Amino acid sequence: MSDINYKEVLLKPIFKGNPVTVLVLGICSSLAVTVQMEGACVMALSVIIVTGLSSFVASILRNTIPNRIRIIVQLVVVSLMVILVDQILKAYAYSVSKTLSVYVGLIITNCIVMGRIEAFALGNKPIPSLLDGLANGAGYGLILVVVAFFREILGSGTLFGMRIIPQSFYDAGYMDNGLIILPPMALILLGIIVWIQRSIQKDLQEK
Amino acid sequence: MNTNGNTYTVIYSTILVVLVAAILAFVAMSLQGKQNENVKLETISKLLGAASQADESLVMDENADVLALYAEKIEDAFYVNGLGEKVGQMNTGKENVKDIQVTTTSDLKKQNDIIKKIEDGQGDLASTLAMPVYVFDINGNDVTVIPCYGAGLWGPIWGYLAINADGKTIDGAVFDHKGETPGLGAKIADAPFYNAFHGKTLNLDGDEVFTVAKASAITEPDHSVDAISGATITSQALGKSINLWAKYYRPYLAGAAAAHQAGTAAVSDSTVTCCAPADSVKTAGTAEVKVNVEE
Repeated sequence: MSDINYKEVLLKPIFKGNPVTVLVLGICSSLAVTVQMEGACVMALSVIIVTGLSSFVASILRNTIPNRIRIIVQLVVVSLMVILVDQILKAYAYSVSKTLSVYVGLIITNCIVMGRIEAFALGNKPIPSLLDGLANGAGYGLILVVVAFFREILGSGTLFGMRIIPQSFYDAGYMDNGLIILPPMALILLGIIVWIQRSIQKDLQEK
Repeated sequence: MNTNGNTYTVIYSTILVVLVAAILAFVAMSLQGKQNENVKLETISKLLGAASQADESLVMDENADVLALYAEKIEDAFYVNGLGEKVGQMNTGKENVKDIQVTTTSDLKKQNDIIKKIEDGQGDLASTLAMPVYVFDINGNDVTVIPCYGAGLWGPIWGYLAINADGKTIDGAVFDHKGETPGLGAKIADAPFYNAFHGKTLNLDGDEVFTVAKASAITEPDHSVDAISGATITSQALGKSINLWAKYYRPYLAGAAAAHQAGTAAVSDSTVTCCAPADSVKTAGTAEVKVNVEE
């Protein structure tokens, strides 16, 4: 296992192998929590922590896990992390945890988490697994933040709740785009990001 | 060691589950105090949100110290049963804001369960109800805030109605929900919807105390507001819960209104003379409690 390229482990999930745009995992939550930057950032952070820690713990346990109940053990580990994050958010970031509502709990079903444990953590040492988990969470978070940036600024004219588009624009007849607040526009934005990525990275294009 | 044997698998999963359960129980218990505090704070700011609508010039400041503001504005907070009798007292936090007691949504749910039992005809339990009543002093006027609670489309919905001293006019309303559809049912929490309640009255004599329905189905515009289009179930559920809760508050509201009328009749002479000083007190008060004046 000494041939692990840490740079590759850390950087690949951010762009070249991004879990959202290339593997197309975790789409549901990236549509739901990207209306505002604040929610998207907290969600991104939560997913980074959950993927990192669950991969880490699963990797520590990897030689002891009975093969037949492998998935169940993974689920227990992931849900432990998710509930911890949820409880801490409820205690220290109550308003954000209200906007994220069920989606924090639904990190359990986020395919990225299970996918990385199954594909990477079970075959690798704890430290590389931790990094892989963190990097994949970050790749997901990056897309979330990018989508949320456009949705918040075009949909509400704000960023992190602060007004960006000046009042004079509204006086001149500019209007916020109500459509962009709804999930379909998030999907279209996501599609545009995939499009841009594929036109840069030709090897992703299907023949 | 054979990690695929039955014994190993059973022992492994047992230990894992017990371990995880222990960790979760520990975390849940150590964070519970803080979480309850958050829920309480939210309830208080909702109550204040409803009460402060009674005066159009008052707008709740997002960063205001809700505990201090609540302690200043609250006059009395207590429980009444379905017969209008006072059955308990809540701490208003006048001495120490940390002692403020409010009824959170989980307690409202318990009361709602009793109300449902009564509606189903399972005995006369009206005297066992303990429904919260908050009386605020908004610029010298008594504003009574009462909650309502019910099942929406996806989860519970609840709200607070600020009732004028006459016992029926709605001075303010605030609604919230656990997880109604964003853009549709979730709109009950937005200002355009709850502002429509201002100036409407509860029909304390009729069967329908209040209605939320589509405009064409409204027969008594004084006791109704227009539903949200595309959110029929949430709107109807809200109307139903207001109706149900107001019905059990009716004896209390009627009693309070009668007492108020008797009171104003007795002091009607003096009210004329005290109007001017009351106004100056009002402006001084608003500056002090960091309440923004709307543009």
